[in-house]
Amino acid sequence: MHKYPKEQRYTLAILQDIQREYGYISKESMEKLSVYLDIPLSRLYSMATFYKALSLQPKGQNIIKVCDGTACHIRSSVTIIEEIEKLLHIKPGETTMDGLFSIETVNCLGSCAIAPVMVINETYHGKVTPILLREILKGYGGTIDEDR
Amino acid sequence: MRTGRKKTILVCCGTGCLANNSYHIYMKLKNLTAEAGIDAEVKPIIKSTGCNGFCEKGPIVKIIPDDISYYRVKLQDADEIFEKSVLRDEVIDRLLYKDMSTGNRVKSQKDNEFYRKQMKLALRNIGEVDPANIDDYLERDGYKAFRKVFFEMTPQEVIKEIEKSGLRGRGGAGFPTGLKWKQCASYDSFPKYVVCNGDEGDPGAFMDRSIMEGDPNTVIEGMLICGYAIGANHGFIYIRDEYSLAIKNISVAIDAAKKRGFLGENILGSGIDFDLQIVRGGGAFVCGESTALMSSIEGKVGEPRAKYIRSVEKGLWGQPTILNNVETWANIPLIIIKGGEWFSSIGTKNSTGTKVFSLVGKVKNTGLVEVPMGITLKELIYEIGGGVIGNKKFKAVQSGGPSGGCIPESLLDMQVDFDTLKESGSMMGSGGMIVMDERTCMVEVAKYYVNFLSEESCGKCTPCREGLKRMLEILNDICKGHGQPGDIEMLEEICDTLSETALCGLGKTAPNPVISTIRHFRNEYEAHIFDKKCPAGICKELTKYFIDRDLCTGCGLCKRNCPANAISGNAKSAHTLDLEKCIKCGNCKDTCRFGAVKVE
Repeated sequence: MHKYPKEQRYTLAILQDIQREYGYISKESMEKLSVYLDIPLSRLYSMATFYKALSLQPKGQNIIKVCDGTACHIRSSVTIIEEIEKLLHIKPGETTMDGLFSIETVNCLGSCAIAPVMVINETYHGKVTPILLREILKGYGGTIDEDR
Repeated sequence: MRTGRKKTILVCCGTGCLANNSYHIYMKLKNLTAEAGIDAEVKPIIKSTGCNGFCEKGPIVKIIPDDISYYRVKLQDADEIFEKSVLRDEVIDRLLYKDMSTGNRVKSQKDNEFYRKQMKLALRNIGEVDPANIDDYLERDGYKAFRKVFFEMTPQEVIKEIEKSGLRGRGGAGFPTGLKWKQCASYDSFPKYVVCNGDEGDPGAFMDRSIMEGDPNTVIEGMLICGYAIGANHGFIYIRDEYSLAIKNISVAIDAAKKRGFLGENILGSGIDFDLQIVRGGGAFVCGESTALMSSIEGKVGEPRAKYIRSVEKGLWGQPTILNNVETWANIPLIIIKGGEWFSSIGTKNSTGTKVFSLVGKVKNTGLVEVPMGITLKELIYEIGGGVIGNKKFKAVQSGGPSGGCIPESLLDMQVDFDTLKESGSMMGSGGMIVMDERTCMVEVAKYYVNFLSEESCGKCTPCREGLKRMLEILNDICKGHGQPGDIEMLEEICDTLSETALCGLGKTAPNPVISTIRHFRNEYEAHIFDKKCPAGICKELTKYFIDRDLCTGCGLCKRNCPANAISGNAKSAHTLDLEKCIKCGNCKDTCRFGAVKVE
């Protein structure tokens, strides 16, 4: 936080650094930032809820982003999301009980040529199929519930 | 054996190719070169480049000067490529592109049907240079335009040249760039700002990402030229949060430009200062709107404002600001070098130059293509794109992002430029072209976009916040089989109100996907509402698949592809589908080669 000058324009950048470091924006960190930048807490809260990249809840160890951009959508990204829901028992926006995975849907990762696309942490997986999906999740140590 | 010519091997490391292991191919070739210990003067150079556009056939490896392009290269091919095509001058036939119409293998990228009709201006360096190496850019006339501008031209001359080119903003609205600069230059209020809009949020468009990743220096040079023309000393590049590689490559390029004295104080002794900063977006679609983006840079929530006063007069922190899209910036250095007149000779009268499109969806050759304005949709989809996947029937092409529209088959001969697209009820937008086939439900597509827009609506004005919600409810009902007579008329009425009264561009254009699908595909809406059927077999509540016993040959392909184990039957006899187990993914219908899987 202190590497940034005390100017309002750095609010988003600082919040993103906090998100990256801790996986979420805690109340305490927001209070500290509010004092540092001399900005009302309410304004920081509105930033944290407005921008999708920021989260008020802790995220899982591995963040799965499934693209639901148009190109992925018409190449059945919805089926991929449904399959993940079945396998990990969580819905987009949620985190597994063991804290291993979070799922999010995103609006286009700009990799439409290899649709449907899924990104785990920073690694891209293209042309995902339900069968491929199982292998990928196992690679991240996921215990997969095959008993559907 | 080795011919003594110095070779350069370009390995595509755009996001599409990276997802298919191209970085490992690059490293492997690099290691092989190091181990081989070839004499220094003929030692091949291995470079990682930005996206070549033909992501469908990636990873791509090109060898220069032999002009060989290899596609779908695998890690295990690296040894063979090195042995045969790097150390010797042999061509590996099986890795070449296979022409779809003739079946011949094509060696050069130029002769490949995907590239043949293209004209690379904004993308001129991508795939040819290592984005991390500023010398590569300099070798290809990089920063030459900037020198010309700084030391040989007056700001007025620069603006005149841009005006002459007829360049219009590539971000979607198509505002004349030269006019924008001229207006901004006329205000006597300092400081002024230059902003690059790299918040590429339209789903299905990735040209800006590709430029920022593959040729970051051209964006910097374009902004630098504008800074000189309008008298600004600060610039901001706002990049979408999801684009981590673009952020990395742009910051590397900024650092390199600073080291060479192209950015910073007293640039090359000219007495002019200009610095650039990256601002990382926060993952909000509306921030691609210019005033919302500026508000986000200021460190606020990204809400648009009413544009009674334009940003060229009062933009960032209330000061005159020029905001252009990434692709627009990429065209600037070229216009300065080759002249505005040359640029205006390309394309059509009112839409000059080229446009980059991302051709995606149900089309065979997906990827980024740059073509002169005025090309027809047919040429784009059938000649460059190779037609619809699996030879299914073409239904529509969607352009212009979520606020664009769907163009039906009857308009395929239409020219693509800013004005004709608008007349057809769609728009240029940032250049996404999403091809849809018979297996795409147009009501579901409209629902998808309305859902997207209602989630991304900032909520500041009522028509957009409430109007989109109501439209989504109606569309949800229609897709679930609860549609009622009068729904279509109600949708049309809300659309009218929204486009008349919303505050910003996002809201005003939000009805487009609904209006255009109703206009061209009203029959599909009616099938959902009155017959409770989804003709494309996409809306799950309205779809039942069955296997036509007379057509089924019992090949078992559908059975193997069914993720729910819902299909049973013995080999060579007709199969049956268990509706209880069926998850309606449509895999069976898509894979059946005999048309035996049908929608009831």
